[in-house]
Amino acid sequence: MPLKIWALVFCSAGDVLEDDPVGRLKVFVYELPSKYNKKILQKDPRCLTHMFAAEIFMHRFLLSSPVRTLNPEEADWFYTPVYTTCDLTPNGLPLPFKSPRMMRSAIQLISSNWPYWNRTEGADHFFVVPHDFGACFHYQEEKAIERGILSLLQRATLVQTFGQRNHVCLKEGSITIPPYAPPQKMQTHLIPEKTPRSIFVYFRGLFYDVGNDPEGGYYARGARAAVWENFKDNPLFDISTEHPTTYYEDMQRAVFCLCPLGWAPWSPRLVEAVIFGCIPVIIADDIVLPFADAIPWEEIGVFVDEKDVPNLDTILTSIPVEVILRKQRLLANPSMKQAMLFPQPAQPGDAFHQVLNGLARKLPHDRVAVYLKPGQKILNWTAGPVGDLKPW
Amino acid sequence: MKLSALHQSYLNRRSNSFRGPAVDASADGGMKSPAAVFWLALHGLCCLISLVLGFRFSRLVFFLLFSTSATNLYTAPFRPATEVSDVSVSHLSTPVANQALPVNKTTPRVVVGRHGIRIRPWPHPNPVEVMKAHRIIERVQREQRAQFGVKNPRTLIAVTPTYVRTFQTLHLTGVMHSLMLVPYDLVWIVVEAGGTSNETASLIAKSGLRTIHVGYKERMPSSWADRHRLEAKMRLHALKIVREEKLDGIVMFADDSNMHSMELFDEIQNVKWVGALSVGILAHSNNADESSVSAAEKEADNPPIPVQGPACNSSNKLVGWHTFNSLPYVEKSANYIDDWGTVLPRKFEWAGFVVNSRLLWKDYDEKPEWMKDLALVDGVDDMESPLVLMKDTSVVEPLGRCGRQVMLWWLRVEARSDSKFPPGWVIDPPLEITVPSKRTPWPDAPPELPSIDKSISVQEQMVAVKRPPKTRSSRSKRSSRSKRKHEARTVETQVSAKQTEQN
Repeated sequence: MPLKIWALVFCSAGDVLEDDPVGRLKVFVYELPSKYNKKILQKDPRCLTHMFAAEIFMHRFLLSSPVRTLNPEEADWFYTPVYTTCDLTPNGLPLPFKSPRMMRSAIQLISSNWPYWNRTEGADHFFVVPHDFGACFHYQEEKAIERGILSLLQRATLVQTFGQRNHVCLKEGSITIPPYAPPQKMQTHLIPEKTPRSIFVYFRGLFYDVGNDPEGGYYARGARAAVWENFKDNPLFDISTEHPTTYYEDMQRAVFCLCPLGWAPWSPRLVEAVIFGCIPVIIADDIVLPFADAIPWEEIGVFVDEKDVPNLDTILTSIPVEVILRKQRLLANPSMKQAMLFPQPAQPGDAFHQVLNGLARKLPHDRVAVYLKPGQKILNWTAGPVGDLKPW
Repeated sequence: MKLSALHQSYLNRRSNSFRGPAVDASADGGMKSPAAVFWLALHGLCCLISLVLGFRFSRLVFFLLFSTSATNLYTAPFRPATEVSDVSVSHLSTPVANQALPVNKTTPRVVVGRHGIRIRPWPHPNPVEVMKAHRIIERVQREQRAQFGVKNPRTLIAVTPTYVRTFQTLHLTGVMHSLMLVPYDLVWIVVEAGGTSNETASLIAKSGLRTIHVGYKERMPSSWADRHRLEAKMRLHALKIVREEKLDGIVMFADDSNMHSMELFDEIQNVKWVGALSVGILAHSNNADESSVSAAEKEADNPPIPVQGPACNSSNKLVGWHTFNSLPYVEKSANYIDDWGTVLPRKFEWAGFVVNSRLLWKDYDEKPEWMKDLALVDGVDDMESPLVLMKDTSVVEPLGRCGRQVMLWWLRVEARSDSKFPPGWVIDPPLEITVPSKRTPWPDAPPELPSIDKSISVQEQMVAVKRPPKTRSSRSKRSSRSKRKHEARTVETQVSAKQTEQN
């Protein structure tokens, strides 16, 4: 492909991704006692490798980043390092029951020890809440909707993986991030790029969550079950529940990778598909994808409504070949792949920088909305379920 | 207390019992309202009825109540409770979901709760779409090759010496199919001993490749040594054609009984002047009985397949050659083409070399000095490899990761000299020959009938026991069924073979 056209295609997709946040904002990191972060991590180091690890790595990144300032008077944003998704079951799943109290306790601490919270009631503070439904702090959607976003975080900016339009748990102005996927592990499974892509559609995962929803219909709103029932006999669809050791290699040999919703609409499959150059087929109505203002998801992936799942094969085979090749070219853009990752140490253009870019784009703060007049109070400190008010 | 109950329900998420949202909601705030009490009582009643009936009848009730929404209704066979059921109902049940919807927001498009599993009436692949998908895959792979594969691929010039004999079709078809799969431009030079024949011509015409079919005046001799010599001469003849026509590309030697892998054709594009490849030697022996024991002993000492090709030092520079050690096979080697002994390769095989065709041209300015002119080697009797054309053999480039990758295999297998085969392998007119059996009269009673049934039933039992746990139920059923048929068929053929042996 001629170099000129190559550059044009890449440049058009990559400008915002390559913005450098350094110099555009200043972040002050609160020094919380270690019971909010370090001690929790010590108790369970699995928190560093599961898909919610972004909250921990974000903290570490900010501590050593050039955007960090030790002078809170000149800070634009304030970050509270509280690891709310690190209370794990023996199986490794995070329990969200204590998270609201933990968050509340942290906010009480910062509002009493520093004046900056009361100045704006949190409007220039941001929190990383990577759990299933973000700051609703529950894994079950109905319960999460009932709880709603924690009332104390009403004015703060939330950095979360969950994103769905018109949903209680997605606040206006939140920044959606990808779930954590281990960068080194994916690097070690790369295969030569000239290996021909011979699988048409690839998916590995559950179709029915037999433990919690044996008849189907609840899990994934029935979409995954529909995929299985309609396409289990189709030779073009390489789908199954087995977990092969060559999972990453197989993704690199596939043209399309299905990314259907599960109990929550987001999944690490999206990150894996982008890294391995497989066009993501997103089956989740009204989902809000990570860094949607910087990454042109419509041009990279294929969006299929849940009601159209039975016609998935018709939809995918009727995409013109040129469109498919263009999507693959955009996916091959290294800045796209970099934006999905949380590498250690941080690299330019990675997800940490995209979060900072997102925060920088929200500056300057609106004087009227953000800064409160003296004596003005908006937050209700006693709102929410009674259990939340217990001290942590 | 409450917390531990919720904790318990979360842990049960990974076990078999499902605490549905109805239970959670009711356990949450205690007796909230008459509506909650009513739903709880109804839920309890339904549970009791289901226990009595033996299946969850609530779906059936809803199905009957709301069957007016038939447009969205898909039916599927009602499977037993052990398998995952796919009876689909297209509306939303569980009124608790409606309670949970926020009051002060516009109702979102996506609703929480139980949804139907949409299955289209004919959930099977559509052949037209399958073909479209294959074309998409083909195009994607072509694009991949263009981006990551060889840039500016050169034309391949394949040289094949052949002659008409029983196994010609077998061997030549193999080579032909390999060459047809090559994604680059190709010129196939077929040199035939004994002059061109219609058989060979019709065979290679099926390939659709650009072919140059020439005849060589001598007939193929019957001893292997002579055959190797003649083949070398035929290859030189082909090289002369390359020289005269000034064909531009890479010359490779595809002997008709060799096996080539597709990576070979990608790898030889990397050659600059003369390259050498590792060739796996399949020196088999026809004597299955007597040499099997000694062969087993030899396998313990020797490597499994001998490989002939370039030898490199640790800095990937050519330092020597690996050649075939023919000493173990000397007694059992074949001399004549239809002998039963092992057919041995020579020290070097032409197949393991590739040559840039420009080296063969008459007046090529950039020809390096170590390359002799083709006309000078005319009279030389025995040419083992293109190395005779070079004054200095150290400039040969080792290909395939310095010879570590074996991408082609050498084999010589021929039929008995008195073997008869129909011309063109077409039986025309169809056979209608009555041949008397060796033993007359033919015995009336079919022998050993009970043992056939017994062996089939034993096979069936074994198949039934060995059935693996199903992840895809229909597929494993299909495969075990066909396995059963296959076992029956093999048993029958075995029995009939035994019969003929007795006769």
